[in-house]
Amino acid sequence: MSTMTHMATPLPAARHSWNWGAPVLIAVLLLGLLSVWLGQNPAHQNLSNTLAAPGPAHWLGTDHLGRDLMARLGEAIRVSLWLALGSAFLAVTLGTLLGLCAAWRRGLTDRLLCLCADGVAAIPGLLWVLLVAALAPGQKWALYSGLVLTAWVEFFRLVRSQALATLAGDGVQAGRLLGFGAPYLLRWYVLPPMVGDLLRLWSYAIANAVLAVAALGFVGVGLRPPTAELGLMMTEALPYYDAAPWLLAAPVVVLVLVVSALQSATRQALKDSV
Amino acid sequence: MNMGWTLAARQGARLLGQGALVAGAVGVLSFAMTRALPGDAAYRIAAGRYGYDMVDTAAADAVRSELGLDRSAADQLLAWLGDLAHLRLGQSMVSGDPVLEEIAHQLGHTLQLSLVAWLAAMVLGLLLGTWAALRGTHWSTRWIDPACTVLRASPAFLLGVVLMLGLGVHLGWLPVAGHGEPVHLVLPGLALALTLLPGMTQVVRTRLQQVLRSDAFEFAQTKGLPLSAVLWRHAAAPLTLGTLAYAGMQLVLLVEGVVVIESLVAWPGIGHALVHAVISRDVPMIQGTALAMGLLFVLLNGVMDAAVQWLDPRLREPAGRSAA
Repeated sequence: MSTMTHMATPLPAARHSWNWGAPVLIAVLLLGLLSVWLGQNPAHQNLSNTLAAPGPAHWLGTDHLGRDLMARLGEAIRVSLWLALGSAFLAVTLGTLLGLCAAWRRGLTDRLLCLCADGVAAIPGLLWVLLVAALAPGQKWALYSGLVLTAWVEFFRLVRSQALATLAGDGVQAGRLLGFGAPYLLRWYVLPPMVGDLLRLWSYAIANAVLAVAALGFVGVGLRPPTAELGLMMTEALPYYDAAPWLLAAPVVVLVLVVSALQSATRQALKDSV
Repeated sequence: MNMGWTLAARQGARLLGQGALVAGAVGVLSFAMTRALPGDAAYRIAAGRYGYDMVDTAAADAVRSELGLDRSAADQLLAWLGDLAHLRLGQSMVSGDPVLEEIAHQLGHTLQLSLVAWLAAMVLGLLLGTWAALRGTHWSTRWIDPACTVLRASPAFLLGVVLMLGLGVHLGWLPVAGHGEPVHLVLPGLALALTLLPGMTQVVRTRLQQVLRSDAFEFAQTKGLPLSAVLWRHAAAPLTLGTLAYAGMQLVLLVEGVVVIESLVAWPGIGHALVHAVISRDVPMIQGTALAMGLLFVLLNGVMDAAVQWLDPRLREPAGRSAA
């Protein structure tokens, strides 16, 4: 997270612990991307070689249909992270724009947008995603919309409250006197101070999205087989946990690693910005 | 007392508004779901009424004009929301029972499970957090932080699976699924409690550390009070407030966990019913269960807020009244 170091006030070296999140995330991403070229076809079945132990032909073994676990894990990582990164990116864009709009326009716009945000926040996120995803079962766009719908609120609230404070300050008044227009003021006066907080919230939203997609896949209302998805892979591996424990362990380890890495990045950024 | 009543009235109005928003959102989404179902609704309903062999265009047309399926979407949506406002939730498409009855039956199970999990998390969190704060950096508390990090990254369903395989299948200490006896509560309750535990522990520890560093605490010790008395007089109040305020935020985790854990252990609660309704596309049940969960969430949030405000005199100061 070197992008936010310019915001950080110098801290005593002892409190600045090493951030292990970024290397882990990069390693997992590389696994996801490299398996496209190195690995086998994640949907290719071989029923005469099911539940094989890890070996030279299949580095992580094969699942109950003889599919290469490495390739499936790679696909699951790509699916999860694209969904999470994409929805978090859309949410941060939407939330920031609406937050700026509310803080700039005030009055009725502000009140309506706040009402929308309160309405969304009145139902737990996973329920929203579940309901919206139920509109079109197994479709990625439905999952995307559900995730974006719940995630924008946090960004909106942060941007709105910070922008209201900044817009009332001397800096913006000086900028107005210099004759700058609204887009310039918002881009160069209002946005920069909140970049650190936005990044922190962003990694939080990504972790949430990864967890939500996996949870829905696990209970069978998210993406559909044969898509490889972390939660789905766990459900599929559950009956074979005794014969092939690595089958269950692989998606579990990846999920816990990704989420704790993102959370560690969140906390690190929080510490830096204090 | 007057100011207190206006505050209560304002909170009540906010609660009602939020409840109406939730109901509206769930209603609109469910209506959209019925529209998104494949095929012509008139044929589907006619088939349900007269049997699949007896359906022809005339029967479908009769159903269409009787139920007003030929009206505009906006009209139908208004009628749908009107039914919702009168709590006419309809019948489950799977079991045929009234949705309201099914929900009333499931609500008890869900509340039981959530309450057990929440209490367990509170007690464990208080114990662990207090211990960690009092022992400081002692080696015996070193494992708490890493354990919290791992727990925080593990979603409820993962903890449920691990407990199931560990305690249920391998050790055979607990039944893997089922309901009815108190022992069936242990596994899902523990899984849910473990998702709430890391946050709870850390809040208790941070709060207690603040108290331990405060001048009041030092002075009370200097004048010779025993540690237990000092903790009770100076730490109990901020700890209660801190954990209560935080427990409100954790409701989200609890509700989300309930949905997943109930499906995992086939607990006959609302979360389980919601997931199964989504799988079988039983729209009246989806609407009913989502509505119940959403309204419960709003209500509990309101209760938590009210409890914190009632307990913390500082929050009433701006309204012009003192703690009395």
